[in-house]
Amino acid sequence: MQKISQKSIHKYLRHDKKFPHVWCPGCSNGIVLGAVIRAIAELGLKKDNIAMVSGIGCSSRMPVYADFNTLHSLHGRAIAYATGVKMYKPEMDVVVITGDGDATAIGGNHFIHAARRNINLTVVLINNNIYGMTGGQYSPTTPHGDIATTTPYGNIDPTFDICKLAIGAGATFVARTSAYHAIETQSFIKQAFEHKGFSLVEIVSACPVIYGRLNKKGDAPTMMKQMKENVISVKDYEKLSPDDKTNKVTRGILMHDTEKKEYTEAYGDLIDSLDESEGGSNE
Amino acid sequence: MSNNKIKPKTVLMQGNEAIARGALAAGLDFFAGYPITPSTEIAEICSVELPKIKGKFIQMEDEIASISAIIGASLAGARTMTATSGPGYSLMTEGIGFAKMTETPCVVVNVMRGGPSTGLPTKPSQSDIMQARWGNHGDAPAIALYPNSVSESYALSIRAMNLAEKYRTCVVILSDEVLGHMREPIELPDISKVKIVKRVTPTKPPEWYQHYPDNPKYPMPKACFGEGYRFHVTGLSHDAKGFPTNRADETKILMDRLRNKIAYHIDDIVQIENYQMHDAKIVIFAAGITSRAAKEAVMMARKKGIRVGMMRPLTIWPFPDALVKKYLGEKKAIIVPELNEGQLSLELKRVMGGIWNYETRKTKKIKEINRTDGLLITPDQILQTIMEVK
Repeated sequence: MQKISQKSIHKYLRHDKKFPHVWCPGCSNGIVLGAVIRAIAELGLKKDNIAMVSGIGCSSRMPVYADFNTLHSLHGRAIAYATGVKMYKPEMDVVVITGDGDATAIGGNHFIHAARRNINLTVVLINNNIYGMTGGQYSPTTPHGDIATTTPYGNIDPTFDICKLAIGAGATFVARTSAYHAIETQSFIKQAFEHKGFSLVEIVSACPVIYGRLNKKGDAPTMMKQMKENVISVKDYEKLSPDDKTNKVTRGILMHDTEKKEYTEAYGDLIDSLDESEGGSNE
Repeated sequence: MSNNKIKPKTVLMQGNEAIARGALAAGLDFFAGYPITPSTEIAEICSVELPKIKGKFIQMEDEIASISAIIGASLAGARTMTATSGPGYSLMTEGIGFAKMTETPCVVVNVMRGGPSTGLPTKPSQSDIMQARWGNHGDAPAIALYPNSVSESYALSIRAMNLAEKYRTCVVILSDEVLGHMREPIELPDISKVKIVKRVTPTKPPEWYQHYPDNPKYPMPKACFGEGYRFHVTGLSHDAKGFPTNRADETKILMDRLRNKIAYHIDDIVQIENYQMHDAKIVIFAAGITSRAAKEAVMMARKKGIRVGMMRPLTIWPFPDALVKKYLGEKKAIIVPELNEGQLSLELKRVMGGIWNYETRKTKKIKEINRTDGLLITPDQILQTIMEVK
C-alpha cells in the first residue's frame, strides 16, 4: 500500500469551502472521505476527470468538501444522476457517495437497475444503520429489535443484506468492510475504481451520536471496537456456530466478475456497429 | 451528415415525431425516458436516431430516474430531453424543481392525456397546464410552450431546446394525445440553417469561475463536468460558487435571479397568435388542440356576420399577462374552451379581474367551455356559446 501523506490529502479538499464539516464527533464519514481521497491519489486519477455524485443524508454531504466535479443531488437519486453523467461522458471517473437509506430505501430502484446494467460507477455506500440527518429514524438496515425514533418499541422489520442485493441485481464488483478497517476501505475503493463495471463498496460505519446513543452502544471508541469485533472475514465467519453468527457481518470482496460487459462500452459498440453498417453513406 | 445540404421538403409526420425531430435539429444528444402513452413515440424515435449521431439514449427504470439522468448528462454538457405524460410528469416534478434550482438546462415534454390518476391514457386533455406551472415544490417560475400543429410542434421543440440553454432552466413542451398522434404535412427546414443557441463557455479561469453569477448575461455561461472547473451543484440554497448557504442575503440573490431571469425576459419568451382580432367584439382564448376548433368556430361565426377573433398563447408560461390586457381588455366577451375544469380561464380571470371590476357594463364576461370526458371540443360547441354571448 502506497503511503499518502496527510498533506497531499489537502490537495483534494476544497480550501474555499469552510471547514469544519457537518458531521458529528465520532462519525465514520470522515474516515471514508479520507479513504476515497487516498484511493484516488494512489491511482493518480485527475481531479478534473472525477465526478462525485451523492444523494441526501449525512454521507451525501461529502462531495461539497472534495475538489472534484461534485453533484449533491436528490434523496435516493444519486445513482440515476450519476448514470446520466457517466453515459454522456464515459471517460469520466464517476463515484457515488450514498448511505443505507439513500441507496436501498428511496433509491432502491435506481440501485438495482444500475447494478443490472453494469454501468461503470463506483458506489461507496456508508451504512450507519440509521437516518442520521433527520434525527434517527429506522432504515432498511437497522437491525431487528433495535431502537430508532420511529421504532420506539423495537424494530420489527427484517433487514437488507446490501451486498447480496447488489450481487443478485448483477453488480460485478461487490465488497464490504468497516470504517475501523480503514486501510482495507481504501484498498477496496481503489479496486472498485479500477474495476470496469458497476462496483459497490459497503462500509459498515459508526453513528455514535444518534444510532449509538439510542441503542446504548457506547461512545465512539467503543463502537470502533464493536466494528473490529463484528465485521469479520468470510473465513472467520464460516468457523462460527450459528448462534455466534448473529450480529456478525462478513467483510471482503464478495463478488468480482470481469466477464460481464460494461454498459457504456456496450453502447459504444452499438454506435460503432451503426457506423459500419452505414458505411459513411449519406441518406 | 452535417455537410449534407437538405432542401426544404414536405413530409407527412406525426406530432410526437415532430417534437423528437425538432429537438434533434436543435442539437439534442441525450435522451432518457420511460414508456408512457401517449408520448412513447418520442422515446422510440430518439432510440433510433441518437446512436446514429453518436448521441446517447437510455431507457431508465422510471420517470424519476429519467429526469435525474438528463440533468446529470446536462451537467456533463449534453443537450437533453425527456418525454412523458401526466402521471410520469408528476413523478418528474421533484427533478424539474432541481433543474430550476440548480439552473441546469433540460426539456421535458408532457403529452397530456385524460386524468386525474391513470385516467384516459389514449384520450386528449389539457389538464396539466397548472401542473406545468406549479408542479414542483417551492417557488420557481416556469417556461412552458404549447403548439397546435405538427409543424409547430417541430418549431417549438427547437425553441424549447434553445430557451432551456439560454436561461439555464427546465423548459416544458405541452402537447396532447391528439396533437401527438395526428399526422400532417410539414415542411422540414434546412437543418444547417436552424438557429441554435449554443452553450456559452466561461472565459474566466477556473478559480474565478462562478456557476451562479449575480446578474448574468443570457445565454448564461456554463461550465460542464470534466472541463477543469470543478464546481459544486446542490439543490440546497447556494451561493455564487454553488456552495450551500443558510444566509438570507445569499438566498435572496438566488431567488431573485430565478424569478427575474424569466420576468425580465418575458418579451423574449412569450409568443401569441392573434387571428381575426382587428375588429373582433368576441374573442376565443384557446391553446393547443382546442385552438383548431376555435379557429374553425371563428370562421363559422364570421360567415354569420358575427365579429369573432381568436387569441392563442404559444407560450403558456410565463402567462402573457400584458398581451392579454392589451388585446382582450376592450372586448365584449371572452370564450375560453379547454379540455379541463378551467385552468386557462382561471389565469385569465387573474389577469382580467382588475380591469373588469371597474367596468360599469356587465355584458363583458369570461365564458368557459370545459370538457373532461376524453372528447374534443367541437367548432359547433364553441359556435353555440358565441351565439349565447353575442
